[in-house]
Amino acid sequence: MNSLKRYAPQLTTLAIVLLLNYLVFPDFFKIEIANGKLYGTLIDVLNRGAPVALLCVGMTLVIATKGIDLSVGAVMAICGAVAASTVDSGGGVFMALSLALLAGLICGVWNGLLVSVLNIQPIIATLILMVAGRGIAQLITEGAILTFNDEGLIFVGSGSIFSIPMPILIWIAVGIIVTFIVRRTALGMLIESIGINQRASTFSGVNARVLLILVYMVSGLCAALAGTIAAADIRGADANNAGLWLELDAILAVVVGGTSLLGGRFTLIGSLIGAMIIQSINTGILLSGFPPEFNLIIKAAIIVIILVIQSPALQSKYIEYRDRREAEKPPADKENAS
Amino acid sequence: MNMDQPLLKATKIDKIFPGVVALDKVDFTLKAGEVHALLGENGAGKSTLIKCLTGAYHRDGGDILLNGETISPRDTLDAQGLGIGTVYQEVNLLGNLTVAENMMIGRQPKKWGMVQTKQMNRQTKEILNQYGLDIDVAQLLSTYSVAIQQIIAIARAVDLSGKVLILDEPTASLDAKEVQMLFGVIRKLKQKNIGIIFISHFLDQVFEISDTITVLRNGRLIESVTTVDISSIDLVTMMLGYELGEETKLKEHDGVERETLVEFCNFGHKQLIEPFYLAIGKGEVVGFAGLLGSGRTETAETLFGVTPHDSGSATFKNENINLSSPRAAIANGFGFCPEDRKTDGIIADLSVRENIILALQAQRGWANPLPKSEQDEICKKYIKALDIRPTDAEKPIRLLSGGNQQKVILARWLATNPEFLILDEPTRGIDVGAHAEIIRLIENLCEDGMSLLVISSELDELVAYSHRIIVVRDHEHIAELVGSEITTNNIVEAIAADLNVDNGQYELKGVIS
Repeated sequence: MNSLKRYAPQLTTLAIVLLLNYLVFPDFFKIEIANGKLYGTLIDVLNRGAPVALLCVGMTLVIATKGIDLSVGAVMAICGAVAASTVDSGGGVFMALSLALLAGLICGVWNGLLVSVLNIQPIIATLILMVAGRGIAQLITEGAILTFNDEGLIFVGSGSIFSIPMPILIWIAVGIIVTFIVRRTALGMLIESIGINQRASTFSGVNARVLLILVYMVSGLCAALAGTIAAADIRGADANNAGLWLELDAILAVVVGGTSLLGGRFTLIGSLIGAMIIQSINTGILLSGFPPEFNLIIKAAIIVIILVIQSPALQSKYIEYRDRREAEKPPADKENAS
Repeated sequence: MNMDQPLLKATKIDKIFPGVVALDKVDFTLKAGEVHALLGENGAGKSTLIKCLTGAYHRDGGDILLNGETISPRDTLDAQGLGIGTVYQEVNLLGNLTVAENMMIGRQPKKWGMVQTKQMNRQTKEILNQYGLDIDVAQLLSTYSVAIQQIIAIARAVDLSGKVLILDEPTASLDAKEVQMLFGVIRKLKQKNIGIIFISHFLDQVFEISDTITVLRNGRLIESVTTVDISSIDLVTMMLGYELGEETKLKEHDGVERETLVEFCNFGHKQLIEPFYLAIGKGEVVGFAGLLGSGRTETAETLFGVTPHDSGSATFKNENINLSSPRAAIANGFGFCPEDRKTDGIIADLSVRENIILALQAQRGWANPLPKSEQDEICKKYIKALDIRPTDAEKPIRLLSGGNQQKVILARWLATNPEFLILDEPTRGIDVGAHAEIIRLIENLCEDGMSLLVISSELDELVAYSHRIIVVRDHEHIAELVGSEITTNNIVEAIAADLNVDNGQYELKGVIS
């Protein structure tokens, strides 16, 4: 009950967006099984939302430390390219996945070292890889879209287990595992303490340097998974377009989900709901039949509305309004009681 | 102008912050051509008074007269227009602009809306020449040393204001030669009949440059005196608030031979503290006394690895230990309650519980979390033992009062079972009740065999619980008081001893290299 209340703003927003989708597309909630696999628009939202959902798991931890990771989109492209070129040169799916994850891990370590050892501002530090990453991916794919036919790798993007598409299973599993790790160990608290006051945390013996590298590593791993799924989905690694601008969607998902960009307290579940809100908007716009050139404008407008509703300025106005109403209320209550 | 009429006269200035009277009917008079030093420990009200004079704060009572006319500056810009300029310790000019741009920013000479760079440079050069500064004004400000930047800031403030110049700790980051260069500039300004308010923690500098000294303490005016009429001991006494001859406590040397727990040999840091020897016994309380900026906190931070020492070594129970970071220090059984609770102590948004277990948890590592039941038990224990209020451990610590926050930080360290605990100003800014409790706690901890190093400005406190007192001045440990020597008298005398009371005049001659 308490936790439901905590996510009330996010869940309400999600419900409204879903309702809007239902209004423009009455079949929105219809789910059916065909070829042993779930089909339906709602499933599509969950499926298409996988990359952003995965990215925002890592992004939440990074943002909790008062950082930001702009490189995740480019890391997706790198890791997709690594997976594709592995299977193309004869490696199996496990080899491809392992190498892609390793590439993501290395990217994360790089970002983490720049931020924690060299003390470079996270936005600049990760900007380097954001720019260079696509170049690296192009080197791996040798400038072309690297297609592949490895059934195993394709299964990661479009297969299903118990009728549930793989990408959905992967992001939900990652979400649960990471939530479990950060909340069942002391990791979550230590990350929050760094984000709130790094100096005081260091004074208390918190190993801020190692923890900072760790969160960027998690972010890199999440991006690697997202990149592999994106490549497997289209059966090819596109260095130029894979994960393009997704870092911004991921940051947005985290903010919509209720984690402050100022760092500190974070909520992974909120971020995942945020990711689904954003994917619902994307899908909804496509379904609505608006000309595609309107898509970005409509998306921006909806997000502005969400952020305005969540903005501290409006929140304090709301609290003021509620307090005033409550102040006026008691006499009425007494009347009712008597 | 009548030389007897004060340039700036503030009478009965009041400033009240929620819960604190920051200034209580403070009078302040500045004559033209005078250097007036404003002294006081942290929280004495120096900066509040300055901010009231410059309009950064709005005073709650009292009058300010400039040249006999009542003024009421709305903000610092307004004060500047009236003739009151301020230069802060941190030069607040723009390092990425040229010297000339800094000097003329907002009032650049223009023609057809275009900045006349040549004219601007020439004007700036002329202004700076008056200060004996002959530098390339087209260079970026950041290419010059802090001392030169300081002088440029002064030149700008005088050029804009021209009557009163407030210097807030201008010498804090300058070396001895640069200080003399700055003093040369100040003397030139004196000859121009500018009234200068000089704030500094360095008493020898105050004696050297100032004509008048005003001492504030706890928001009250203690006294304004002419510099030649006061001895350094009287001055320190006024600042700290102790009467000479008042024997607070005569303590016999307890004669207990304690086994040495930690020993620091030739321990120091190039910029922060001269190398020192310090040995602390088991169950001993060593007090650190000294004025603000003397090197007390610097000593503590060097011991704890916040700024790792660059000379000497440390042993713990006769074994060499590594103190290169707080983590390393904690691993050796050290704990440290820092002076600035807000920036160095509390994790504001975390709960009291999380704040208490933080150090213990960090020591155990993230993968080895304290079970919730154990956390609750620890919190319950310390909330009760230290009487932390409110007792709800799930409240964010930022909602607690200063005294309770301090107790939470103490609890954080006690939970790690330290053998050596450093407390930097443990009783600053907390109410009287909590004050007494913390002192009692210090005594109890020491009885339980913990070794403590306590830094405090409250001398009678130090005298009450210390077995030994180290006096720090000018980044050096200058005296050690043991047993019956521990009196506030002796501390004050040690702090004030050998101060350089030299009113000799220095001339600024070609010091710019």
